[in-house]
Amino acid sequence: MTTVASPSVYDGTGGDGFDPMGHVADRETLDLSHKVILYLEDINVSFDGFKALKNLSLAIDAGELRCIIGPNGAGKTTMMDVITGKTRPDSGKAFFGQTIDLTRLSEPEIAHVGIGRKFQKPTIFEHHTAFENLELAMKTDKRVWRSLFAHLRDEDHDRIAATLSQIGLGDQADRQAGLLSHGQKQWLEIGMLLMQEPRLLLLDEPVAGMTDDETMKTAELFLSLAGKHSLVVVEHDMAFIEKLGGKVTVLHEGSVLTEGSLATVQNDQRVIEVYLGR
Amino acid sequence: MHTPITLRLLSSLDRKSSITLAFFLLATLVVIPALHIFVPAESSLSVSTYAITLIGKIMCYAIVAVAMDLIWGYGGILSLGHGIFFALGGYAFGMYLMRQIGQDGSYHSNLPDFMVFLDWKQLPWYWSGSDSLVWVAALVILLPAVVAFIFGFFAFRSRIKGVYFSIITQALTYAAMLLFFRNETGFGGNNGFTDFKRIMGYSITSSETRLVLFGLTALMLAATFVFAKWLVGSKYGRVLTAIRDAESRVMFIGYNPLWFKLFIWTVSAVLCGIAGALYVPQVGIINPSEMSVANSIEIAIWVAVGGRGTLIGPIIGAFVVNLAKSWFTVSFPEYWLFFLGLLFIIVTLLLPHGLVGLWKKLMNKQGAA
Repeated sequence: MTTVASPSVYDGTGGDGFDPMGHVADRETLDLSHKVILYLEDINVSFDGFKALKNLSLAIDAGELRCIIGPNGAGKTTMMDVITGKTRPDSGKAFFGQTIDLTRLSEPEIAHVGIGRKFQKPTIFEHHTAFENLELAMKTDKRVWRSLFAHLRDEDHDRIAATLSQIGLGDQADRQAGLLSHGQKQWLEIGMLLMQEPRLLLLDEPVAGMTDDETMKTAELFLSLAGKHSLVVVEHDMAFIEKLGGKVTVLHEGSVLTEGSLATVQNDQRVIEVYLGR
Repeated sequence: MHTPITLRLLSSLDRKSSITLAFFLLATLVVIPALHIFVPAESSLSVSTYAITLIGKIMCYAIVAVAMDLIWGYGGILSLGHGIFFALGGYAFGMYLMRQIGQDGSYHSNLPDFMVFLDWKQLPWYWSGSDSLVWVAALVILLPAVVAFIFGFFAFRSRIKGVYFSIITQALTYAAMLLFFRNETGFGGNNGFTDFKRIMGYSITSSETRLVLFGLTALMLAATFVFAKWLVGSKYGRVLTAIRDAESRVMFIGYNPLWFKLFIWTVSAVLCGIAGALYVPQVGIINPSEMSVANSIEIAIWVAVGGRGTLIGPIIGAFVVNLAKSWFTVSFPEYWLFFLGLLFIIVTLLLPHGLVGLWKKLMNKQGAA
């Protein structure tokens, strides 16, 4: 069927969601016992002979805020496609936590285990209101039958309202989403991600087309999310990345070129060559 | 929380829809039957048998139009083969009507005339139970549902969309038409089913039977409208339009579009089947031409003319186009298809939201002036 029950989190210390039998291969439980939330190993993807990803390996820690940069065609979007189940890798491993094999799950299943994705181009439901956009994204039973008889409870209304003000759209609840400004659409999509209560957020160029002011506000929002959530941000805007301050991974021609703080990678001779051409 | 389903359905209607619905039921269940029975035929107020049959027929088409709008206007799935579901419902009910003829056919046999003609000695297995109204009523629903479910499952699972999907639905209905044209299929071949005599033992041509069928059709149309209104107003309806607008986003927030599409697709097919079953006894014939591609395209035209994505639009569209058709085919029979084509071009170019869109535009202008 379509859905996987919401994952309970095993953080390696017992307590909530602890199941003495569940450590082996329970694909519904997010196991963070080794502190790693996303683990990619030797991922290869090719399209008609073009190698989009070449032996890509990457590990993201729980609660981390990671930035990914790289020139056009470096494989950033393809990597997100692999993580979210849109593209199946030719070879390699992709694990969410210790036990959830992402290469075996469909897009909706991956959304249910706790990965949210924001697209490069803001993708929202233009004919629905901002409120309805968040309503549809809200974490709940998303099967047909439940949707037919779904009813918003008071606390659901409150959550949606809280998220709307968190993304600066508190007074735009009933506005048709298609009429929002570009920056507001970007925020609405981020809000939709938050409503899913994901453990890991993948954000593809979240501040593209935003004003400087909006960009800085977005950075503050992301910083407030890190820790509780893990974030992977693909961006070109260096000021934004500097503000986020996390570890930076540079992708080039489908594999990791280097990793480190922003200052380190910016001074790396190979990175400079890649960006300026040989 | 546990309000009865009928109340919940009715509460989905806004004031305007409730008033429209009340007027519609008053007209079809009281005024038109009364005019038909009590007003002498000479009077200009009299409603003729011809008119009753015509309106009854168009109400069946209107049910189909709403069903089409649910998948096309709200789900973004254009079917150009919806005639198959209408015809399946019609054939299923036609089997019952054929059995009701009894021994009054030309050959005075227990078998339908066309089977005697083919020199068959007994009913094929799939005709068993066709003398039971209950079984046939179940078939009217199950047959379109099963065909739609199986077809839809594979088409939607393979993520076939847009024009590719439309073309495959055309192929489906065309293949079915060729199958039903064959005498060996056991559904009367070319001629289909006709010369019905009775329904539940009552003469099918009597005024009373016609009025009952007419009333049932009106009730079914009203029920379809209320159900559709409830459906598109539910969270399911919002997910459906979201799939229409941005399917990948829907997937990445955790809905599987396959089941959402499959549900509306199957519901739509069942509504068409019921409409077909109501159509056959009123019109008195069902043959494979109902499955022709042109018929299915016409369904899409009704919806486009009325205004897709609204529920009243397709009903208006079905009435306008079919009233025009019955006038044209009497006055200028050779020009009807040209007119239909012209209508489609005009609507596509000038009225993207159909007649309902035009009406809204005019009202807005008036409000602004």
